[in-house]
Amino acid sequence: MQPIISCRDVHKTFNGGILKRKKPVHALAGINFDVRSGECFGLIGPNGSGKSTLIRVLSTLLYPDQGQAHVCGFDVVRKPYRVRELISRVSVDAAFFKKLSAWENLRYSARLYGVPLRIARQRALDVLAELGFSARRFNDSMEDLSRGMQQKVAVARALINRPQVLLLDEPTTGLDPRSKREVEAYIQRLRNQTDLTIFLTTHDMYEAEHLCDRVAIIDKGRIVALDTPKMLKRILARKRGSDHVSLEDVFLELTHKEWVDAEGDDDGD
Amino acid sequence: MQRIPTLEPMVPAGAEPRMRLRFLALIERNFALIKRYIGWEVVFVFYNIVNALCIAFIGVTQGKGHVLYLVIGALIWGFLSLLFHELAEQVQWERWEGTIEYSFMAPMHRLTYLLGNCFYAVVYGVLRSALLLGVLVLFLGLSLKGANIAGALVVLVVSGLSFIGLGLIAAILPVLSTEKGAQASHIFQAVILLISGVYYEVDVLPAWIRSLSVASPATYTLRAIRAALLEGASFKELAPTILLLAGIGIVLIPVGFAVFSLAERWAKRTGKLKRSG
Repeated sequence: MQPIISCRDVHKTFNGGILKRKKPVHALAGINFDVRSGECFGLIGPNGSGKSTLIRVLSTLLYPDQGQAHVCGFDVVRKPYRVRELISRVSVDAAFFKKLSAWENLRYSARLYGVPLRIARQRALDVLAELGFSARRFNDSMEDLSRGMQQKVAVARALINRPQVLLLDEPTTGLDPRSKREVEAYIQRLRNQTDLTIFLTTHDMYEAEHLCDRVAIIDKGRIVALDTPKMLKRILARKRGSDHVSLEDVFLELTHKEWVDAEGDDDGD
Repeated sequence: MQRIPTLEPMVPAGAEPRMRLRFLALIERNFALIKRYIGWEVVFVFYNIVNALCIAFIGVTQGKGHVLYLVIGALIWGFLSLLFHELAEQVQWERWEGTIEYSFMAPMHRLTYLLGNCFYAVVYGVLRSALLLGVLVLFLGLSLKGANIAGALVVLVVSGLSFIGLGLIAAILPVLSTEKGAQASHIFQAVILLISGVYYEVDVLPAWIRSLSVASPATYTLRAIRAALLEGASFKELAPTILLLAGIGIVLIPVGFAVFSLAERWAKRTGKLKRSG
């Protein structure tokens, strides 16, 4: 069966500006993987490891220097318009027109995607209700909503056009525990109850373990492991001769970084 | 298995009814932003009116004949500079808010996106200019007896095309640099103001600057509108300038779009579409 997302030898280097004052950053250094239809695929890695760069390539917002990336069989560079019809993205920073209301922002997206407003409004309200977002706040300006509420609106925006592939770039980073749990539960439901293919980047090992069918670990622009969370843990457990191995242990073993250091890195994703 | 009702059924791409006139997204959004920033809007309009009145009163000190000459300059420049400014401003705004990635990820042709912003700028410019004209007439009691108003409007609309082309070129500046882009577009705008004879005849300029005025569509626009309103020039007399301005617009719009596309490709190669601000 044809993969929904496929990357072959994808490279991306940022050259440090026109004056080359900064050192070049090799954000992606030969990425290869496939994502199957209907799968929730997780990508975990420290800050600056290339997660967001990869999401941007898949979103048609960044050209790879080398290699090919396909979404639903369409090349992201050669057929960006076709890819855009099939994808949606939620990024770590809920980017909105802050002075506009939730509905005004969603309405703008609906118009961009050509979704009739009546349908868009109903879809958005349904998704937001499932995320625990009160309909009374629908017409409040985004700047008056909490970070968690903004991220819920971002999820609703991503689903307004009924995508086939949902790209989630650290969707729960910075959320309060309740909002985090509500967003995670909704992703879980999407995974279990729809045909949507989900590509999730995260720092959260619990999320990776409980939401994802398979997980890839990326470090310095390379995928250093790819398997089910269970298998990844089993491999390390066998190596260590211990039964008590967590996904976080696997992450630390493979990225050779302390978790605290990884969190403190400059965000070069 | 119970399925999530909001996503049931998953519709294959292209199978769902799609709304036409997607460029309305930009017009509606921009007017919604004006509504939310109404305080700023009041300040800009107030400044615009006071500025135009000051210029008009300078005309009063020079004699009655100069008032309309300067008022035409203030009005036309107000309209054309607004068109130019708004196109760069909309891209700048999206970059600050971080929404540009979402707008550019939508399955909408870039020309539709840019024309949506252009259409908004024209409607907004017409509204602001009409308000300004109303206030000026109220304060100065201007008479347009014998003027070819229809001819002046045709010149204005046609010249709008060339300014949209220039605006598209200016819109690449915030794509190239979020921090400095819009500011750089002000320099571009200021040079056009200097060389186009907005408040004086270009003949008074030093020879080397005067030669630049030939390249500015605003020079021809102002000359033709003044001829129509001050001297009552007929359509026949205005026709060569209207054709020239149409020609400049027909060349500049595709050039502006091509330049914007190049800038977008550059931004996608270098990762510059990423949020900043």
